[in-house]
Amino acid sequence: MIRIGDAPRVRRLLIGAALVLTALFLLLPLVAIFAQALMSGIDVYWQNLSDDYTLAAIGLTLLVAVITVPVNLVFGVFLAWLVTRFDFPGRRLLQTLIDIPFAVSPVVAGLVYLLLYGRNGWLGGWLDAHDIQIMFAWPGIVLVTLFVTCPFVARELIPLMQAQGSREEEAAVTLGASGWTIFRRVTLPNIRHALLYGVILTNARAVGEFGAVSVVAGAIRGETNTLPLQVEQLYQDYNTVGAFTSASLLALLALLTLAAKAALEWRAARRETAT
Amino acid sequence: MTWFSKPRSLFTASAVGLALTFGALSPAQAQDEPRELLNSSYDIARELFAAVNPKFIDWWQAQHDETVSVKQSHGGSSTQARSIMQGLRADVVTFNQVTDVNVLADAGLVAEDWQDRYPNNASPYYSTTAFLVRKGNPKQIENWDDLARDDVSLVFPNPKTSGNGRYTYLAAWGYADQAFDGDEAKIEDYMSTFLGNVEVFDTGGRGATTTFVERGIGDVLITFESEVNNIRNEYGKDDYEVVVPPVSILAEFPVAVVDEYAERNGNEDLAKGYLDYLYTEEAQRLLAGFNYRVNDEKVAEEFSDRFPETELLRVEDVFGSWPEAMETHFASGGELDQLQRR
Amino acid sequence: MIAHALTWRRERRVLPGFGLSLGISLTFVSLILLLPLTSLVGQLSQLSWSQYWFLITDPRLLASYGVTLFGAAVAALFNAAFGLLMAWILVRYEFPGKRLVDALMDLPFALPTAVAGITLATLYSSNGWIGRLLEPLGISISYTWIGIALAMAFTSIPFVVRTVQPVLEDLPAEVDEAAMTLGASDSHAFRRVILPYLWPALVTGTGLAFVRSLGEFGAVIFIAGGKPYETEITSLMIFVKLQEYDYAGASAVASIVLATSLALLLAINLWQGRFIKRLHGGRG
Repeated sequence: MIRIGDAPRVRRLLIGAALVLTALFLLLPLVAIFAQALMSGIDVYWQNLSDDYTLAAIGLTLLVAVITVPVNLVFGVFLAWLVTRFDFPGRRLLQTLIDIPFAVSPVVAGLVYLLLYGRNGWLGGWLDAHDIQIMFAWPGIVLVTLFVTCPFVARELIPLMQAQGSREEEAAVTLGASGWTIFRRVTLPNIRHALLYGVILTNARAVGEFGAVSVVAGAIRGETNTLPLQVEQLYQDYNTVGAFTSASLLALLALLTLAAKAALEWRAARRETAT
Repeated sequence: MTWFSKPRSLFTASAVGLALTFGALSPAQAQDEPRELLNSSYDIARELFAAVNPKFIDWWQAQHDETVSVKQSHGGSSTQARSIMQGLRADVVTFNQVTDVNVLADAGLVAEDWQDRYPNNASPYYSTTAFLVRKGNPKQIENWDDLARDDVSLVFPNPKTSGNGRYTYLAAWGYADQAFDGDEAKIEDYMSTFLGNVEVFDTGGRGATTTFVERGIGDVLITFESEVNNIRNEYGKDDYEVVVPPVSILAEFPVAVVDEYAERNGNEDLAKGYLDYLYTEEAQRLLAGFNYRVNDEKVAEEFSDRFPETELLRVEDVFGSWPEAMETHFASGGELDQLQRR
Repeated sequence: MIAHALTWRRERRVLPGFGLSLGISLTFVSLILLLPLTSLVGQLSQLSWSQYWFLITDPRLLASYGVTLFGAAVAALFNAAFGLLMAWILVRYEFPGKRLVDALMDLPFALPTAVAGITLATLYSSNGWIGRLLEPLGISISYTWIGIALAMAFTSIPFVVRTVQPVLEDLPAEVDEAAMTLGASDSHAFRRVILPYLWPALVTGTGLAFVRSLGEFGAVIFIAGGKPYETEITSLMIFVKLQEYDYAGASAVASIVLATSLALLLAINLWQGRFIKRLHGGRG
């Protein structure tokens, strides 16, 4: 069979161009991060990594991810179920609303939370009077991270669940299955991969958010610095190696994310060819 | 219907809502934890206070037999002031801009008379704006007028976002005011050429340093004298030279207790002690070691070879007052915006 | 028609969980999204129309719109070409390391923007690995519009690849064959047959990349020079206004960026809707 662009010359040219560009734009930055981090040798790398402030930043970053991911997972599933399985007035609007975090610049996301919960904000006065601190403490960081990551799970699920339709679930209802059973036995197996993909994306963004978090964190070393903030501060401290050490952790996490995603897709593809 | 029965669903929904809003409250400080002081400071002071804090902790221990800890928050001076106004509970501020403390005083967080509470306008150390040039000073930069030459390109932080940049702007203006004997047209002419020579406007002092040193951009980096010397130490004495112009601006580094928060944190005495400590001979020596000019006569004498004699203009003398300088020059539509307009 | 819609609606409600999912979704959307955004509206309502107009038409701000739009446009166009090329070789060809290249395409989404920012700034500065090679040619990237476009392009690489890829995969082989047997050349056949088929996905992906680039801050800020009228992006202007304690001004500028992005997203959604309808022709 003849297909467009199958001539060896064209093929070689296109693959060559694509590989060169990929190496230049994607691979090289990745290599640069690790090269910079290891510039002064592995001992310095370990020393930078076991710095108290860096460890505190790792801890805080994990805490943020541990709270954000499950909350957005639950929200994403319910929202996707709602907009793909029911028709009600305002359905379209709701779907557009959750795209807002994609359209809002992260700095603005941080700003709106500051305006709401900050000392001069609408809720801030009350919170301050009751000695509850949300901004410049980890709850504020968690809240803005929830904001910027809330569309990911839902965005992954909605098109898929829309395409699949609700016939299987409706059949299960007529057989008398309960809601939980339907979800677990019928829906979940169908959306498992999209769900995992959504979780992976949410996690990547939750761990890496910079703009929004920097507005509400207050930059207290060892207390409200997440890893990306730590990267920026070390970079500002002339500690390039230290900055890239923390950056290399985030890059490593990014690589794990990519690997997890690739593995998921590979398994899905294998199953597809098997059936 | 089992799992989705109505009362349960309402409960679950509201529980999720509650958890989101209030579930995540800051843990109250435990009783046996040592008292913790939070110092909110400008962004290039990280190394300085990393050195000061352990010494202060020893000093406090010796005087009061109490172990305390000090936390640091660093950022642009204005960003820091904004955070404090929005609820960042810092006990003390150590800024590089009088105006940023004034903002806190206007908000009622700092006492109105804060500048009278500590010696030297509540400024335990001071500095000025100086030039860092590349090895051998190839462009022969000696004074401010050299910076307005066609063949010279400059790097300094954005006066809109950085106190450091503001001092640079004011120093250049102060020089021009002297050189042209107050002739507005000539001053503005000089200033617009000067600003036009800027290659990169970073948002903060450290960004500008990175641009100049690591990216190799520009012939002159203009920043605090203290920072200029630190950069030379950090990146090699042979590659750069420091030029302190014969006339420049007096940059004060004001300190104040954030009374409102210090009181609430139960740290009033600790906060006052921290600022008192900055005036002790021990701390002054430490500060001078970081290339800040100090008022302690003995220490100033010891370090006199580090700090060339130069005429330091006071903002109050050239521009009336800080609020006036801010209003005329840096406000939206002010002199700076006019000069950069084309 | 109406009868059909009614039965359809009744059928849909057969499934359980409407109340619970509506409750949770609305609570979440209200608390996390809408409540904070009302504070933005609150700030804006303190401004009169003329004040608002004055703020958003400041000449320096107008210049920053220009810089941002231009950078985003260049980034989007680059991604349209690069994304199309990548999607093509990943779908049509086999070569060693293909899976690795495929996985790498998502790197910009997985890598925190601040990390991307300092890395790009380090690579493309005049003494960085790539900048050093370009310096003798008289090309500087850092602190010029090229740097801004580059950072924007990097952070939005996956959009075009990932929207075009599935469509290309679904393209029936007969389409190629028909075009080729008509005796058309590769490039001619591609332009006349394949491209019209990919067009909607390509436009959607490019549009998303453009929107993302408009709001990008973390990655761009390290490599943009911040020179007024030349390399100052709109996100930086918001940041500057915040430093001046000018919340109303910051909100005004933010509202412009937000409105532009939302309008573009909406346009993309509508375009996509039309495209899907056309694809599924008679159904629905």
